[in-house]
Amino acid sequence: MSSLKALPADKPGSGGSPMSTTHPIPRRGVRLFAKKPAKPGDAFGAPGQGGSVAISAVTVVILLGVWFAATNLGWIKPLFLPSPQLVFDKFIYVSTEGFANSTLLQHTMVSLSRVFGAFLLACVTAIPIGVLMGVSRFARGIFDPPIEFYRPLPPLAYLPLIIIWFGIGEFSKVLLIYLAIFAPLAIAARAGVRSVSMEQIHAAYSMGASRTQIVFYVILKAALPEIFTGMRIGIGVGWTTLVAAEMVASTSGLGFMVLNAAEFLASDVVIMGIIMIGFFAFSFDLLMRYVERALVPWKGKV
Amino acid sequence: MESMYVKDVSVTFPGRRKGEQVHALDAINLTISPGDFVVALGASGCGKTTLLSLMAGFTSPSKGELLLGDMQIDGPGCDRGVVFQKHALLPWLNVIDNAEFGLKLQGVPRAQRREIAAGNLKLVGLQDFHQHMIYQLSGGMQQRVGIARALSCDPAMLLMDEPMAALDALTRETIQELLLHVWKKTNKMIFFITHSVEEALFLASRLIVMSPRPGRITHQYELDFNRRFLETGDARAVKSSADFIEMRECILSIIYGDEKAAQASPEVIHV
Repeated sequence: MSSLKALPADKPGSGGSPMSTTHPIPRRGVRLFAKKPAKPGDAFGAPGQGGSVAISAVTVVILLGVWFAATNLGWIKPLFLPSPQLVFDKFIYVSTEGFANSTLLQHTMVSLSRVFGAFLLACVTAIPIGVLMGVSRFARGIFDPPIEFYRPLPPLAYLPLIIIWFGIGEFSKVLLIYLAIFAPLAIAARAGVRSVSMEQIHAAYSMGASRTQIVFYVILKAALPEIFTGMRIGIGVGWTTLVAAEMVASTSGLGFMVLNAAEFLASDVVIMGIIMIGFFAFSFDLLMRYVERALVPWKGKV
Repeated sequence: MESMYVKDVSVTFPGRRKGEQVHALDAINLTISPGDFVVALGASGCGKTTLLSLMAGFTSPSKGELLLGDMQIDGPGCDRGVVFQKHALLPWLNVIDNAEFGLKLQGVPRAQRREIAAGNLKLVGLQDFHQHMIYQLSGGMQQRVGIARALSCDPAMLLMDEPMAALDALTRETIQELLLHVWKKTNKMIFFITHSVEEALFLASRLIVMSPRPGRITHQYELDFNRRFLETGDARAVKSSADFIEMRECILSIIYGDEKAAQASPEVIHV
């Protein structure tokens, strides 16, 4: 018979590292930024864990520094890449004096209203249609071919048709952006419906839920995280389509400003316009991420 | 009080190959009376889950019929609460909203459903966690919410599909004991599926052992280990008693026999 003998419990100071604690323990390797204490098991977690804000900030500073150096040291001609100071001066100038008969604020407001108008329209149509495609085979059968057909087409390819059909007014511009946002958003909503588990649906049925209740109380909620992702992708596509939409017969807008300036080789205005578009797109994405965290806190946790 | 009657029920599915038929269940007869704790045990593929789906109303039988009281089962309903293995809670709701979800679907007024849900949460020991989100809870606590939710509509019967399979051994034992207390307090019929022989013996007032291809009930036992636990409160003593161990080995040999037969017969190897 084997004897069971309890081993003595760990005493503080016994065992552990052979190194004396009075000497600092040498470290191998270089660490970029301080390593924060991690949860047990997280120290060797998945690659890519941890925050990246500080690193991003450094990247931005370095990029700006390179731009600054390359232009001020005369490595690149101002025609190809104007210096940051020049672009900033242009920013002040266009803000106050205007460019192509509109101030920067006017250009910005026109573009914002086009992109967000199209985005809102897409949200109120694409999300219901996408969800409907997920929960009804008839809706899926009807909407799947047109959406999947036009989705990979570049907006510039069907822009001429839109102009022929709807003219060169504001409607065509918003419609082009709307179409670009619609497809990814509808597809995301449809995919979101799939993310509901059969157990959740069965559980709801066994608590006496009707089909309508299942759609509104279970499926819609379960689809929310993916719908948010779709909204973020959609608005991004909207911004990329902005320039195409403002190519034809525009008199204002950030995209128009960039195109118009390019014709006069005013590369400082081009870069300023690009930065403006990027700034608004990025700011809105940050806002969406914040709203997402507030509205779908369970995302990625179940 | 109503009983659950499974009358001569067979289920066949179309198989992978054309024209092939899979007999998931073959001529099952089973009566579950109020206060019964029936545990189904068997090798994988023996139709335990199919049987539970039939009772829940998620599947319909190819032959035979299922009755709850004098009503035929032709779909899921709130007279049968289901507890799933996992992923069945609604992560956008907090604990008490999950526990009262069924009552909300029924249109029960808010104050009343809060009260019922709070009572059920107290029953499973979660009275201090009403406002927690589901993803903040451990697996064991999530399963407690699942039990409280299944109780919310005051069903005649609880159907539990391997509810503890995803839990660690210690949590499992705690939830087993909790479940027996809930069973004693509410006196509901329970139909419980498990892969664990020990769990089955400990929980069951009636144990049915099923055998695959076609799925059928091969052995039935009346057990009282659960009552012994409820009287003494000492789970370890029950589980280490000589007759418990003897019973465990007996059941294990039956199930291993089925598993071996399943592995030996070439017709079932379709990957």
